[in-house]
Amino acid sequence: MGRKTPLFPLHQELGARIVDFGGWDMPVQYTSQIAEHHAVRRAAGVFDVSHMCVVDLKGPRMRDFLRTLLANDVNKLKTPGKALYSCMLNEAGGVIDDLIVYFLNDTWFRLVVNAGTRDKDLAWIRGHAAAIEITERTDLAMLAIQGPEARAKMAQLLSAAGATAALGLGPFVGREIDGWFIARTGYTGEDGFEVMLPAAEAIGVWRKLNALGVASCGLGARDTLRLEAGMNLYGNDMDENTNPLESGLAWTVALDAPERRFIGRDALEEIEARGVPRKLVGLVLEDRGVLRSHQKVVTAGSPTSESGAAGAGAAGEITSGTYSPTLERSIALARVPANTGSAVQVDIRGKLLAARVVKPPFVRSGKSLIN
Amino acid sequence: MSSVPADLQYTKSHEWLRKLPDGTLEIGITDHAQDALGDLVFVEVPEAGRSVTSGEACAVVESVKAASDVYSPVGGTVVAGNSRLVSEPESVNKDPYGAGWLMRVRPNGAMPAEELLSPAEYEQFLAKEEG
Repeated sequence: MGRKTPLFPLHQELGARIVDFGGWDMPVQYTSQIAEHHAVRRAAGVFDVSHMCVVDLKGPRMRDFLRTLLANDVNKLKTPGKALYSCMLNEAGGVIDDLIVYFLNDTWFRLVVNAGTRDKDLAWIRGHAAAIEITERTDLAMLAIQGPEARAKMAQLLSAAGATAALGLGPFVGREIDGWFIARTGYTGEDGFEVMLPAAEAIGVWRKLNALGVASCGLGARDTLRLEAGMNLYGNDMDENTNPLESGLAWTVALDAPERRFIGRDALEEIEARGVPRKLVGLVLEDRGVLRSHQKVVTAGSPTSESGAAGAGAAGEITSGTYSPTLERSIALARVPANTGSAVQVDIRGKLLAARVVKPPFVRSGKSLIN
Repeated sequence: MSSVPADLQYTKSHEWLRKLPDGTLEIGITDHAQDALGDLVFVEVPEAGRSVTSGEACAVVESVKAASDVYSPVGGTVVAGNSRLVSEPESVNKDPYGAGWLMRVRPNGAMPAEELLSPAEYEQFLAKEEG
């Protein structure tokens, strides 16, 4: 038995299939994973993301602390409510976690970190924090309402002034509205909100969204949506043994202020000076089949066995793979040698199938970005 | 509750078998199996003429979530794979005991009867698995 979110009784009532996810009993699908996926691309869906860990950090020198703790630079956050995506690195440049940090005021920042990494994240933060008050907001539930109609639907649950405020939020900005923290963020490649609200209110809000035609969506659809959107999943696409530069996350590492010696910076600068040997790319399978994590990727020049299957020296590996309901073909993220060209082969059950190398995202705002 | 037709035999790995009048066996995956896998997006079936041994993985069904092997409950020669599933894998979800059949095998010897389950035994097996 895993941990349960405040919405768990509702998931059961709605007939969701429950799976373990990072120690939590979470809904993977309600009806059909593909139907839920399409609901988000075409209209609106709601996800329970209350398993994610919301941590409030308060203290007098918050900016200095976070500028050391995080690889991205919180000095990019000028206006209250603005959010930033960042990795938290170890000394070797390995990724401890990826997270969202909100600037609420000069003495109060909020982090949203992954469920499966909660314990080590909190230990790491505590180990580096002095005179900082760290509060895990277990009193809050979190819903993600995503899709082209998501913001308008959510606004119907707010007061007139609240709706105006919510619909006026810029991308990656959140604020307290009608007693809820509403942010224009997400993990699907669609517009929408993530809403943090008192746990006791979550089931009622979900039911109201359902009544407005917002589909209940599980973690299965969340995974296909995020992969189409080219967004990394911690533990699959990067972890403590990989660094952001080889994980498609160089854009989140702020190296412009040389005096900002964040944890992991020395290691990253050394790796960069030597040349980053691997990169994370997108793959589109040209043949029929489904790409899955850990399948071997063969590039020109990598050794194969006599049978033609990927040999021990296979050049790369798929980190996340799935069937893309929007593109109706299989897509993946893969870590491959830096000199990999535009075509590779993937070993699927001993057969080498052709795949094209592309730059993620695959899909944004309902539209295919792949020819 | 998933459907378990009374006129079929079953395996613990969630295949079903139907004896056809010509002595061949039609094989597919059960309603329980398709429901557990979720929306199927890719099916690979064996080609006619392939010999299979009892317990050999000879077809693959993949849903959005996962790939799963399908085992031949008997040894013999494949007489047909359901090639319609190549373009319509969702048939396995919609009609697992009909249009969603995977392959037909002509058995080469005695049936491994001790490994096959009657409908009642399969239902009990499911109840235990789900319990």
